[in-house]
Amino acid sequence: MAKKLKALTGDDAVAYAAKVVNPDVVAAYPITPQTIIVEKFSEFVNDGEVDTEFVPVESEHSAMSTCVGSSTAGARVFTSSASQGILLMYEILYIASSSRLPIVMAVANRAISAPINIHGELSDELSFRDAGWIQFYSESSQEAYDHTILAFRIGEDKRVLLPVSVGLDGFIITHAIERVEMLDRETVHKFLGGERKAPLKLDWDNPVTFSLLALPDYYMEVRYQVVEALEQAKIVIKEIFAEWEKLTGRSYNPVETYMMEDAEYAFITMGAFSGNAKTAVDELRAKGEKVGMIKIRVHRPFFSEEIAEACKNLKGLISIERAHTFGGPGFAVSQDIKSALYYSKNHPLIAEYCAGLGGRDVLLPDWFQIYEDSKTAFQKGEHVKPVWYGVRE
Amino acid sequence: MPDGLKRMITDEEFKKWVSEKWGSSKLPIGGCVPLAGSSKFFKTGDWASKRPKLILKACISCHNCYFYCPDSAVIWTDDLDGDGKIEPIFNYDYCKGCGVCAQECPKDAIKMEDI
Repeated sequence: MAKKLKALTGDDAVAYAAKVVNPDVVAAYPITPQTIIVEKFSEFVNDGEVDTEFVPVESEHSAMSTCVGSSTAGARVFTSSASQGILLMYEILYIASSSRLPIVMAVANRAISAPINIHGELSDELSFRDAGWIQFYSESSQEAYDHTILAFRIGEDKRVLLPVSVGLDGFIITHAIERVEMLDRETVHKFLGGERKAPLKLDWDNPVTFSLLALPDYYMEVRYQVVEALEQAKIVIKEIFAEWEKLTGRSYNPVETYMMEDAEYAFITMGAFSGNAKTAVDELRAKGEKVGMIKIRVHRPFFSEEIAEACKNLKGLISIERAHTFGGPGFAVSQDIKSALYYSKNHPLIAEYCAGLGGRDVLLPDWFQIYEDSKTAFQKGEHVKPVWYGVRE
Repeated sequence: MPDGLKRMITDEEFKKWVSEKWGSSKLPIGGCVPLAGSSKFFKTGDWASKRPKLILKACISCHNCYFYCPDSAVIWTDDLDGDGKIEPIFNYDYCKGCGVCAQECPKDAIKMEDI
């Protein structure tokens, strides 16, 4: 079968993925850099190329509310947002996960205000990492396309039943054109197992009530169901990735390694930075450095054992994220990594960096600088405590 | 898991469910209540500190109290004074004493009394 190839931006890739999934409902509100996902999709709606009920809502809070409402009625639902939009729909995100609704949301990762910044940063999706959603980060338009389709299958699995967010760096992935191999609707429909079969849904003939009051005697037990679902998700994600490889030839893992076999030092990162990291590793290797990189594809649930395993022979680990948090003992991703390593017997020295905030470029010379600074500290047996790389003080 | 729960149950069975204190694996997903009309098992009338009392001769059977009651605690079945029209009876099992019926009665035929 001939492959269907298209040159697409990340936003377009997500729109085409949503098109081939053909969800029942899409309710979204525009925000840079996500706007094109929903604009492109609305063209498909207008041209009758999808059967989706498209609901143009008045805010992101309404968008996620509409998604929750239609998902409880058994619909397959897709939406998209970024930055302030995510923060506006914040309360509903928690409701979606503990009500066990497999909504799929594409997040065009953008920096959070104030000051207003429309450029790429992973902070928005990281801001709801504790909400119980499964969270992906994409390195390319192809990954954004694939993750969107995978998200429906993973979220709707009976053992999981959780919403899934698919991240793609704002402008860096969303607006840059890359080669995407596309699938046809029949293949995807078969991969998703046909229509969504919700085990419980709003139904005239079998009335149920969702998201009711739970007093102190029941709240913990209902919330604990999400813990159990995320544990199951770790198994389900790996199974479905294996199926995806058979279907498309693209092999994905929740945690991936690059040139780690004899590495003494390694970068660990997620999203578009993974691409930069791989190039930096290639160039450093050419100069004789024993360096590799670890890529986190799925950030929630957090695959602690896989990360600890990947770090087992390292002297030093350089965590670098295009995101920032305030007041914590590290950054969002580096804190998770340190926690994962706390229990394991692998304890490399760690350098924690955040860089490229507000969409600032982090180019190869910066990566080499970070590597040199970290290696110098590691050789002295020291960690590098959290650094905002490149900030002018 | 949810599919195992029955949809139509007796009052006794429901009382048993509620007293058993199920764990996360037996509770329906997302704390969903997979049956209709379950609120009838919770007699919230004991929350009230006031009760509505009807002044029969002032009632014109306009049905306002019936429509406004947020708990559907106004029963509308009998002609209590033989005038050919139906007057309300208040179901104190579910009446929370909010007083909206008294507020909305156009003839002030409902008085809220302390319990």
